[in-house]
Amino acid sequence: MDILNQLFAGLSLGSVLLLAALGLALTFGQMGVINMAHGEFMMAGAYTAFVVQGVVGSAGVSLLVALPLGFLVGGVLGLVLEATLIHRMYHRPLDTLLVTWGVALVLQQVARDVFGAPNVDVTAPEWLSGAVTVGGVALPKTRLFILAVAVVCVATLALVLQATPLGRRIRAVVQHRDLAEASGISSRGTDRLTFFIGSGMAGIAGVALTLLGSIGPTLGTSYIVDAFLVVVAGGIGQIKGTVIAATALGLMQSFFEYSTTASVAKVLVFVVIVAFLQVRPQGLVTVRTRSLV
Amino acid sequence: MRLRTHAGTRSLGVLSIAALAVTALTACGAQVDAAGADPSAGTADSCVDTSGDTVRIGFLNSLSGTMAISEQTVHDSLQLAAAEINADGGVLGKQLEVVTEDGQSEPTVFAEKATKLITSDCVAAVFGGWTSASRKAMLPVFESNDSLLFYPVQYEGLEASPNIFYTGATTNQQIVPALDYLAEQGVESLFLVGSDYVFPRTANKIINAYAEAHGIEVLGEEYAPLGHTDFSTIVNKVRSADADAVFNTLNGDSNVAFFKEYSNAGLAADEMPVLSVSIAEEEIGGIGVENVEGQLTAWNYYQTVDTPENAAFVEAFKAEYGEDRVTSDPMEAAYDSLHLWKGMVEKAGSFAVADVQEAADGVSFDAPEGTVTVDGDNHHIAKTALIGRIGADGLIHTEWSSDGPIEPDPFLEGYDWADGLS
Repeated sequence: MDILNQLFAGLSLGSVLLLAALGLALTFGQMGVINMAHGEFMMAGAYTAFVVQGVVGSAGVSLLVALPLGFLVGGVLGLVLEATLIHRMYHRPLDTLLVTWGVALVLQQVARDVFGAPNVDVTAPEWLSGAVTVGGVALPKTRLFILAVAVVCVATLALVLQATPLGRRIRAVVQHRDLAEASGISSRGTDRLTFFIGSGMAGIAGVALTLLGSIGPTLGTSYIVDAFLVVVAGGIGQIKGTVIAATALGLMQSFFEYSTTASVAKVLVFVVIVAFLQVRPQGLVTVRTRSLV
Repeated sequence: MRLRTHAGTRSLGVLSIAALAVTALTACGAQVDAAGADPSAGTADSCVDTSGDTVRIGFLNSLSGTMAISEQTVHDSLQLAAAEINADGGVLGKQLEVVTEDGQSEPTVFAEKATKLITSDCVAAVFGGWTSASRKAMLPVFESNDSLLFYPVQYEGLEASPNIFYTGATTNQQIVPALDYLAEQGVESLFLVGSDYVFPRTANKIINAYAEAHGIEVLGEEYAPLGHTDFSTIVNKVRSADADAVFNTLNGDSNVAFFKEYSNAGLAADEMPVLSVSIAEEEIGGIGVENVEGQLTAWNYYQTVDTPENAAFVEAFKAEYGEDRVTSDPMEAAYDSLHLWKGMVEKAGSFAVADVQEAADGVSFDAPEGTVTVDGDNHHIAKTALIGRIGADGLIHTEWSSDGPIEPDPFLEGYDWADGLS
C-alpha cells in the first residue's frame, strides 16, 4: 500500500513538474531563449487565481474561470516580454538569461508591492477537498485534478502541434529556422505565438499550484530549477521528452525521498541527471536535423 | 558568443545548467560570516551623541528578499513603539530619531548595516534581525563595537551575548512547555517534521532528549529543504507512522504546502494534532484557515490575549496600519524590546552601553502578553508560555498557559534530561 501511495505521489509530482516545464519546453526548445522569468509567469497565474477568487467569490467557479484567465495573463506577459526585450537578443542566449532574470526580480517586487509581502491563499473548491480512496490508497482530489489539467494541457498542445497549420509552422521553425523562413513562414510571427502559448502554459501551472502551496512573490523560484531540469533531461524541442522526463523525475524524487530524506532525494535526483547528461547530453528525445552542428 | 538557435542544443543545455546553478546559489543565500565585523573598527568609545534633544536608534529588518514577509511586520511594530514613546515624552526627555536600514534577507548585509548603524549613524541601540543566521552574523559586530542589539524572535537557545538582549522565547519558554502540554494530554508518540537548518535540528535534539526522559516514543523525524513545496511523501510517512501528534518546526512557505497536503490526505486535528512553533497569526491567512483550523501552536503571545495592555496595543496597531492587519508574537516581542530598552536607559539614567547592561537586571514592562522581566545574567526575558488552538476566525486562542512567567534558561541547565545537549 505504501508503494502504491508513493507511486501516486510520484505521478502527481511528475504532473506538477510537467505543467511547470511544458511552456518552457516550447519557448526554450523553439527559440533557445532561456527565460528565467518563466517562474514569475507562474506566479502571475497564481495571483490571477487569487484575484479571480476575490471577484467571483465562489471557490468552485473561480477556479474554472481562473484557468483560462491565467493562461491569458501569462501569455500576455510573455508577449510583452518577447516584443520589448527578448526579440532584440535572439542570438545572445547569455544576455537573455541575465535580462530575463532581471525581469524576474522586477516582477517579484511588483507582486510584493501590489499584493503585499505576506503570502495569500486561494481556497480550494468544496468538490476538491478530501481524498478518493482506491484500494487502500488515498488520492487527494486536488492532486487528481492537477494530473487531469496536465493531461489536458499536453493533449491540447500535442494536437495543436500535430494537426494545425500553426503547429506545422512551429515545428518547421524548430527544425530549421532558415529553411522555414525561405519557405515563406514568418518566423517572427511564429515566435510571438509560441512565446504566447508557452508563457500561457506557465499561467495555467500557476493557477493549478494554488491548490498545493502558498501564493507569494517568490512562488516561481521554487519551480524554475526543476522545470529547467525536466526540459534539459527530456531533450530540447520535443514535448514527448518533456512528458517522459517529468514523470521519471517525479517518480525518482518520491521513491528516493521515501527511502531516504527529502534533502538526500534532491541530491540523488541531481546526481542521476548529471550522470544521464554525460551519456546523453542532448537529452532523452531529440529532433533529428541535417544541420552540421 | 554567437549561437544559432536551431542548432545549439548542447551548448544550451550547458548554459541552462549554469543558469540553474545561479538560481540555486541565490536561493541558498549568502554564506554566513561576519564580513562586516572589522575588529579594527572596534572602539569602546562610542560616538553616540546625547547632547541634543534627540537620540538615534537603529531599526534593522529585512524590507526586501524572502524574509521581508515576516520582518516587515516586526518593523511596523517597532515604528509603532517608537511613535508611542516619542508621544509620551521620549527617553530621558530625548525624542527618538529612528534610522532604518534594510537587511535584505542576507546575513552578510545584516553585519554590514549593523556596522554602519553603529559607527557612522552612531545609534544608541539597534533593534531587529530575524533568522538565527542574521543574528549570528551580527553578534561579532556588536561585541567588537560594544554596542547593543535587541533581537525579537524565538530561537534555538544556546547563546548569551552581553551585547544582545533576546526578547523572544528561548527553548525552555516555548518548546519545553509545548512538550509538557502534549505529555499532559496523554500523547505517547510523536512525529517530528522540520525544515532542514539549524533551528529545527536543534529543536528536535531537545525534543528527542525530552521524549526519551519522559517515555514518549519518537516514531519519525523528517526534514524538508527550505522552500520545499511537495509534501506528499512526508505526509505519507506521517500517516503510516500514525503517531499521537506531530511536532512541526517547518519554516516559511513550506508550512502552507505541508498543511494543504495534510488536510487533503484526510488527516485531521482531532485525530493527529500538529503542534507548530513557527506559525503565528500573520501566517494563517497565507496557509488558509480551513487547512489549519483546530491545530496547535506554541508562543508567548496571541492577538487574543486578554490584557488591557494588549487591547491598547492591538487597537493602536490596527489604527496605524489598517483593520485587516493582525498582531503576532515576534511583533509583540519587538514592541516590548523598545519599551524594555527605554526602561533600562531610564533606570541607568544614561544611554551608555555599560550603564544599560548594568541596569538591565530586573527591568520589567507591562507588555501585551503580560509582565515581562529582564534577566541580567543571560539577557533573555521571563515570559509566560501559551499553547493556543487556531480558530475558524483565523486567530489563535489560548488553550493552556504555564504557571506565570518562566525564567529564561537558554542552555537548559535546569533540566536533568538536557545534560549533554549544550
